[in-house]
Amino acid sequence: MRQFSQLLDGLVYTRSRNGKLDLIARYMREAPDPDRGWALAALTGNLDIKAVKASAIGEMIRARTDPVLYEMSRDYVGDLAETVALLWPKSEDQPAEIDDGSLTLSAIIDRLHSVSRAAAPTVLAQMMDHLDASGRFALLKLATGGLRVGISARLAKTGFAQAFDLDVDDVEECWHALTPPYTALFDWAEGRSDRPDPAGTPFFRPFMLAHPLEADSVDLADYAAEWKWDGIRIQIVGTGKETRLYSRAGDDITGSFPEIAQAFAAHAVLDGELLVKGEFQGGEAASFNALQQRLGRKAVTAKMMADYPAFVRLYDILLHADEDLRALPWADRRPRLEALLPSLDQDRFDISALIEASDFEALAEIRAGARDAAIEGVMLKRRDSPYVAGRKAALWYKWKRDPLTADCVMMYAQRGHGKRSSFYSDYTFGCWTEDGELLPVGKAYSGFTDEELKWLDRFVRNNTLNRFGPVREVEKSLVLEVAFDSIHDSKRHKSGLAMRFPRIARIRRDKPAAEADTVEGLRKLVS
Amino acid sequence: MPHWIEPHPTGIYVRPADAWIDPSQPAERALVTHGHADHARGGHGHVWATEETLAIMALRYGTASGTPVGYGEQVRMGGVDISYIPAGHVLGSAQILLEHAGERVVVTGDYKRRPDPTCKPFEPVPCDIFVTEATFGLPVFRHPDTGSEIDRLLAALHAHPDRCVLVGAYALGKAQRLICEVRARGHHDPIYIPGAMERMCALYQDFGIDLGELRPATGVPAKEMRGHLIVSPPSALNDRWSRRLPDPITAMASGWMRVRQRARQKNVELPLVISDHADWDELTDTIREVAPTETWITHGREEALLHWCMIHQMRARALELVGREDEDEG
Repeated sequence: MRQFSQLLDGLVYTRSRNGKLDLIARYMREAPDPDRGWALAALTGNLDIKAVKASAIGEMIRARTDPVLYEMSRDYVGDLAETVALLWPKSEDQPAEIDDGSLTLSAIIDRLHSVSRAAAPTVLAQMMDHLDASGRFALLKLATGGLRVGISARLAKTGFAQAFDLDVDDVEECWHALTPPYTALFDWAEGRSDRPDPAGTPFFRPFMLAHPLEADSVDLADYAAEWKWDGIRIQIVGTGKETRLYSRAGDDITGSFPEIAQAFAAHAVLDGELLVKGEFQGGEAASFNALQQRLGRKAVTAKMMADYPAFVRLYDILLHADEDLRALPWADRRPRLEALLPSLDQDRFDISALIEASDFEALAEIRAGARDAAIEGVMLKRRDSPYVAGRKAALWYKWKRDPLTADCVMMYAQRGHGKRSSFYSDYTFGCWTEDGELLPVGKAYSGFTDEELKWLDRFVRNNTLNRFGPVREVEKSLVLEVAFDSIHDSKRHKSGLAMRFPRIARIRRDKPAAEADTVEGLRKLVS
Repeated sequence: MPHWIEPHPTGIYVRPADAWIDPSQPAERALVTHGHADHARGGHGHVWATEETLAIMALRYGTASGTPVGYGEQVRMGGVDISYIPAGHVLGSAQILLEHAGERVVVTGDYKRRPDPTCKPFEPVPCDIFVTEATFGLPVFRHPDTGSEIDRLLAALHAHPDRCVLVGAYALGKAQRLICEVRARGHHDPIYIPGAMERMCALYQDFGIDLGELRPATGVPAKEMRGHLIVSPPSALNDRWSRRLPDPITAMASGWMRVRQRARQKNVELPLVISDHADWDELTDTIREVAPTETWITHGREEALLHWCMIHQMRARALELVGREDEDEG
């Protein structure tokens, strides 16, 4: 268990993605079977043990320790599992903070799988006595379901792939043919057998991505144009029996959008944009802000589904039945997608329309006139492009709408993370109200060069008015030109506004703070 | 409660001796347990402390008139016999034993019970009133074995030869102890320290504590520090000078590191639970061992230790002293 608990501790404290991948990779190479398979299941969220309720843990600790001391500790630490892990009084004959090595991760999981709810607290208490504080924390998190160490399933799989020099997409392809503790997967990774056969399972295929358009124009004879929608990219994988939804990172998000998966019965793999319908858009696609209400939720209520009904605007087709269409040119795939559409649920699926334009100039005009809240820009796809993983030069381009800008005043600054931890690199900025007060309208931590960052850091240090923990309030004298993709109504912020993708476009040292924009002016840009 | 010793928010007043223990305001006559800033302040008229503590105070506040009192020696002041007993906290740290009118009072200052290569170990002294600290006075604080924490530090150092490990450790005590502990685990490479720590380390070495080869961390090319250990005060961990270090892994040696959220708030990647204070088990074991008639609990989480004394049917009270916290915590 110590290897696993040390891995979890490392993942909690390591900030960088590469650092996390290294930790996972090393564990996957070094840990014994079947422990590492169970660890992979736990990290990818495929371990479902709910033998123990949080309330049972509270009871367990109250039986072992003074309730007043427990409450004081809980108040100080905050997290229940951590409090109990730290507080756990061992029997007198055991050395204090040592994992005695008698419990393996797989033994713990076997026991938790088989234990009844009634017996769980006793069994858990016996196991706690053999572990150190990290081990007890890991055990309690496993037993109550949900490790919450801040890594996605995709990252865990990437770490696994890195350990054995595999391509993570190859791992992904066979993932759904496997069950914990993934013996067949490790056999393949270490060269003892062939790759497990994924046939018949709904597995993820890597997305095709686009480069930003940098050329002044392209020839529309070679490129088709369609709208770029401001939702989240989604892959729908149906086997006819089962349907799964994957995010761009390859994470399984079926649970967050069950109505989409249920409405899809086809045997096909499709690429599209997940959006929600908005009342104000007359049933058309709403802004990203509305979709955000549905993101990152494990359980979704009927009310959420009714208030923010999800649908998918389809872009492409990768497979139909057992036929792989990815090698076909886009111009041949598009009719196949159009042909499939009538068989799909019209409430949940439509197709991203092509933009008809006589030439590139006309297209630019259409793009400039687009006012739809859910439009992020234009996509340009080479008519002969196959569907290939990743970003391939000159096949697909994204041509985003020109960003909006506003002149705002820096109000607060906060230190960044990792390499930026010694820099004040996160800035909160505001605009003027009618009463001549500054109201925060957003926060940005990108867009500037390294040189500009040094300058901004110095500005913050030399113009600090107040300190609140890691945050500094600064003299309201510096104007920042902030660029953002769009701006929306928001109940979360005092200004009632929320920017999408705000970044620092320019530092306006030349402009007096009093001439920065007003909140009213910003409100006129709301889409 | 004897009438000759009085707890005040600004320190403990010993009436017959007309002297204050660890006063937080300038006093004419001060008895000082150890050199940390929340116990030893500048501006006193005359100070009684161990030779080491006086040297530390002289370094921090300039020369003050002081009378050195060795461990086990006794000075008599207005009918009170005063002795300094090792507390095991940092170099020169002492408990102060006061004997008057047939009563014995021990004021611990800060203390710990586990071995520390930089100072003499804590000696329990039977007494009537035991005035104990309670920095880690909650049962969640149980410090792990120091050796295994040092091993984690060295493992991180060896696993990343292209980077460096930057450890935050209090400039007085923790830093020197940490250096001695890594030396004891066989690490003899040069260790880099910022200029602000040089004089304190030199003071330790003057008292015969071997810290091995120390080099200044400033004015050195980043390349040279790759694969090396850098020890700095915690407040300087994320400061500007650290930008020049070669991709540092940020570590911190403190008892607070036991709580995940505390470590994460401080941007620490490698939390090391190494403390110069007694943990919960040491606090409660010490009270049992000393077996006083009454325990007074000062700075820290007094409530929990007070509750523990109550359920074990021991007399106890909490003193409210001001301005007592780990120095360099902010």
